[in-house]
Amino acid sequence: MIIDQYLERSLTVAPQPISRRRFVTMSIGGSVGLALLPSVFAQPKADVPPGQKPTEAPSAFVTIARDGTTTVLCNRLDMGQGIETALAMVLSEELGADWSKVKTGFGSAAPNYVDPLMGVHVTGGSGSVKNSYTQYRELGARTRAMLIGAAAKRWNVPASSLAAQNGVVRGGGHSATYGELFDAAMKEPIPEKVALKDPKDFKLVGKPTGLKPSRAKSSGQQMYGMDVQLPNQRVAVIAHPPVFGARVKSFDAAAAQKVTGVTAVLPINVDRGGRGVAVVANGYWPAKTGRDALKAEWDTEGVEKVDTTALLTRYRELARTPGLLAPDPQLRADVSGLGQAAQRIEAEFVFPYLNHAQMEPLACTVDLKDDRCDIYTASQTPGVDAMLIGQLIGLPAERVHIHVLMGGGGFGRRATPTSDYLIESVAVAKAMAAAGQRAPVKVIWSREDDMKAGYYRPFTLHRAEIGLDASGRIVAWDHRIVSQSIQAGTFFESFLVKDGVDATTTEGMRDPYDVPMRLQVHHPKVNVPVLWWRSVGSTHTAFVMETLIDEIADAAKQDPVAYRLKLMGSGPEHARHRAALQLAADKAGYGKRQPAAGMHWGVAVHESFESVVAYVLEAGVNDGKPVIGAVHAGVHCNLCVNPRTVEAQVFGAAAMALSTTLPGSAITLKDGVVEQSNFGDYTVARFNEMPKIAVHIVPSGDPPKGMGEPGLPPFAPALANAMRRATGKPQRQLPFVLA
Amino acid sequence: MATAFSLNGKPVSIDADPSTPLLWALRDHLGMTGTKFGCGAALCGACTVHLKGAAVRSCITPLSAVAGADVRTIEGQSTDPVGRAVIDAWVKNDVAQCGYCQSGQVMTAVALLKKNKRPNDAQIDAAMTGNICRCGTYQRIRAAIHDASKAVA
Repeated sequence: MIIDQYLERSLTVAPQPISRRRFVTMSIGGSVGLALLPSVFAQPKADVPPGQKPTEAPSAFVTIARDGTTTVLCNRLDMGQGIETALAMVLSEELGADWSKVKTGFGSAAPNYVDPLMGVHVTGGSGSVKNSYTQYRELGARTRAMLIGAAAKRWNVPASSLAAQNGVVRGGGHSATYGELFDAAMKEPIPEKVALKDPKDFKLVGKPTGLKPSRAKSSGQQMYGMDVQLPNQRVAVIAHPPVFGARVKSFDAAAAQKVTGVTAVLPINVDRGGRGVAVVANGYWPAKTGRDALKAEWDTEGVEKVDTTALLTRYRELARTPGLLAPDPQLRADVSGLGQAAQRIEAEFVFPYLNHAQMEPLACTVDLKDDRCDIYTASQTPGVDAMLIGQLIGLPAERVHIHVLMGGGGFGRRATPTSDYLIESVAVAKAMAAAGQRAPVKVIWSREDDMKAGYYRPFTLHRAEIGLDASGRIVAWDHRIVSQSIQAGTFFESFLVKDGVDATTTEGMRDPYDVPMRLQVHHPKVNVPVLWWRSVGSTHTAFVMETLIDEIADAAKQDPVAYRLKLMGSGPEHARHRAALQLAADKAGYGKRQPAAGMHWGVAVHESFESVVAYVLEAGVNDGKPVIGAVHAGVHCNLCVNPRTVEAQVFGAAAMALSTTLPGSAITLKDGVVEQSNFGDYTVARFNEMPKIAVHIVPSGDPPKGMGEPGLPPFAPALANAMRRATGKPQRQLPFVLA
Repeated sequence: MATAFSLNGKPVSIDADPSTPLLWALRDHLGMTGTKFGCGAALCGACTVHLKGAAVRSCITPLSAVAGADVRTIEGQSTDPVGRAVIDAWVKNDVAQCGYCQSGQVMTAVALLKKNKRPNDAQIDAAMTGNICRCGTYQRIRAAIHDASKAVA
C-alpha cells in the first residue's frame, strides 16, 4: 500500500530529518487536497521547538515499570510486517534498554501516533521504518537523556559523569535501574537536542531478531480484530449486493428471523451507493445462517454489469488508441524512429483483477453511544476512518476512538479511501440503535463476502511496441497501459493523479533502464472497486519491464544480467540496483556454472518503495507445471533494521507473487458478479508449491527504506524468464499459460 | 440442546444448535478465540483442531459430531509435550508473520508429529498442504517441523 510514498513524492521533501519534517508539515497545511481532511491531518504549529511535538513525546511511546519491564508502543498497524518489533528495536537501541525486558504494544488515535512526516495515522507504502526510524531513535535517545538527568539530580553529580546502558544508569560509584528512575525521568524537561549513536556501534539494530509477539502468535494467544468480544456484543453478517452498487429490492426477513439466535434484520446502506441487509444475531453462525436465508432480490437497474471477457476486448481496443501522456518528461520520448527500426517487438500483456485474500476475513466491532463511538479493528488508515465515521454519525472525529488491533494480513485491503467495511459496520450499529436494539456489534465478512464484495487489484492491459537497431539497441519504445485509476474520485486524487494519469498505474515503468520510452495511459471507468494490492502498480509494471528487457537482451544476443547492468549505466542513481542484482547473481553462481539439468536461469530486478530486490532463480517445466529450483534474492533496503524480518518479508512477497502465476489466481466477473468465492476457486500458493529462497542483503549504513512490498514485483518476471527459456514462449499474462 | 465433550482434557457442555460448527461453538459460546476462522469451507486449515487425535477442520465439523469425544485446540498445546515442542520450534524459527493462520499450522504439525516423529520433506508437504499461509511462512514452517521432530524423537 502506497499512500505515503506518493504524499512524500508530491511534496518534494528536503533531505535533512528535522528540516524535512518541518517542510512536510508546512506543505501539508498549505495543500489543497489535504485541506479536505482538516481533522485527519495534524495542523502545523509554527516553530514548535524540537522535542515538543506529540510525535516526539517519550512518555507517549515508552514506559518502564519498577521491575524494568519496558513497553514500547508502535505508531502503526502491524499486519505481519513485523513493525511492532522493528520500531521497538530502534527505540531500544538508543535507549540502551535490556531487550529481554522489552514488550511491545500499539498506540491509539491520539496525535502522538501519526506518521511523523505526514501528520496522519497511516500504515502503508512500506513506509513504517522509513518514516519513523529517526523518530524512534530520537525517542529512545531523549528517554535515555531524561533517565540520566534524573539520576544526576538524585546523586547530585554532573550528567556528563554518568553512563546508561542495558537498563542501568551508572557513574561515580552509583547505579540505578531504568525502572527505579523512570517516574522521575518523565518529569525532566525533554531535551531539544540529543546525540544519536554512530550506526557502527549498534548492538540491536541490524541483528536478526525474533518478533516480540511470536509466542503469542504461535499459541493462539494473539488477539486480532476478529477476536474482539465486548459485553453483550452481537455479531452481524451483511448481505452485500451481488453487483457492485445494486440495491436490495426485497428480502424475506421472516426466514432469517426464524433462525434461533437472530435478533434483527436491518437494511443498511453499503459501499458504492449500494443497499444491503444486515442480519444481527448472538453469534456468527446464526447471523450467517440467517443472512443466507434472506432470499434477497436486487435492483440492478442503472448499474453496470461487468463481464471480464468483454472488458478484455474493450481494453485491447483502447490500447490501440492514443491515451493520456504520463507526466514524467522521461516518459515522453520521441518514438518516431519506430517505423524505421531494424527489429520490432510487439507485445500485449494481460493482468487480472486480484483479491487480497488476507487470512483474516474483514471484521470490525463497533460500540456506538450517543456521544462517542469506539471501533475495534485492524485498519491501515484510522485517521481517515475516524473522520468518515464521524460524518456518518454526526460526531467530531475525536469522539470516534479507533482501537487498532493486530491484523491477520492486509496487503492494502485495510486502507480504503471510503473506509468501506468500517462505515458499513457503523451503519449496522446505527440501525440497531434506531431499532431500539443498541448493543456493541461485530460485523464479520465470510470468506465469500471478502472475495465477492471488493476490493481488487485493477484488471490491467499493457501494449508495447519496441524498435531495435541492427545491433539490438533500443531506438524507440512506445507503451500504453489500460487500467482503472485507483485514486480518481477519492481524496488522494490531487496527490496521486497528475495530467489525468494515476501514479499508481505507471509506477515501476522504465526505471532503472535508460531507454527512449513514450508512455500513454487509459483509465476507463468500470464498475469494479479497485485498490492498492501489495506493491500496487509494480505488480504489473515490473512483470512487463523485466520480461521485455530479458527478451531484448536475447534479441541483442547479450547476457541478461550483463545487459541489465549495462542499461542501468554506471552512475550513482542505480548503484543499489546493480549491487542487489550482482549479489543475487554471485550467490546463485550465475555465470560461473550451468543451471541444474532441465533447469533454466530466470533473472529480474526492480525497485519499488525505494528498495531494490533482484531474483536469480533456476526453473524448468514438467508436465505443464513450473518446477522451481534454488531462488536467490538480492536486497538493497539501505540499513536493515531486522534482517530476520526482511527475510520473512521477501518470503511472503515471493509467495504472493508465486500465487499470481498459478492457474486459478484470477478474479473474473460475469454479468456483474465476481465468479470466485473461496480458496477452492481462487488459488493462492500452498506449502508444497513454495520454493526454497535464500535472501541476501547488501550491507549499507544509509537511512533505512521499507521492505513490506519490494520483494514481490521481480519474482514473477524472474520465473517467467526461466519459463521462456524452458518453453521458447514468452509469458505475456498472469497467471501463466504453460499447457 | 447441550452437547458434552472433553476439551483439552476437561469436560465441557455447550448449549447450542447441534448443527453449529465446532469453530463457532468454541469462539462464540466458550470465548476461545485461538482457533481461527479463515474460509468456513475446509479449504484453508486456519480452524484446525484435533478430534480423537486427528486433525480436523472445525469450521465444517458440527457440534453433534464431537458429542462425547476428545477435542484438543491450540489453547491446550502449551501443556502438551508435542504441542510445546512445536510451539517452541515455531518461536525459535520466527515462523509467524501476521500469525493468523499459525494456530491451524501448529495443530496440523502436532497431529503429524504425533503420528510420525521423523517426517521427511515429502511427508511434511503432504500434511501441511491443506493449511494456507498468505504471508508465505512455509519455508520456516518446514524448518520448525524438522526442529520439533528432533525435540520429540
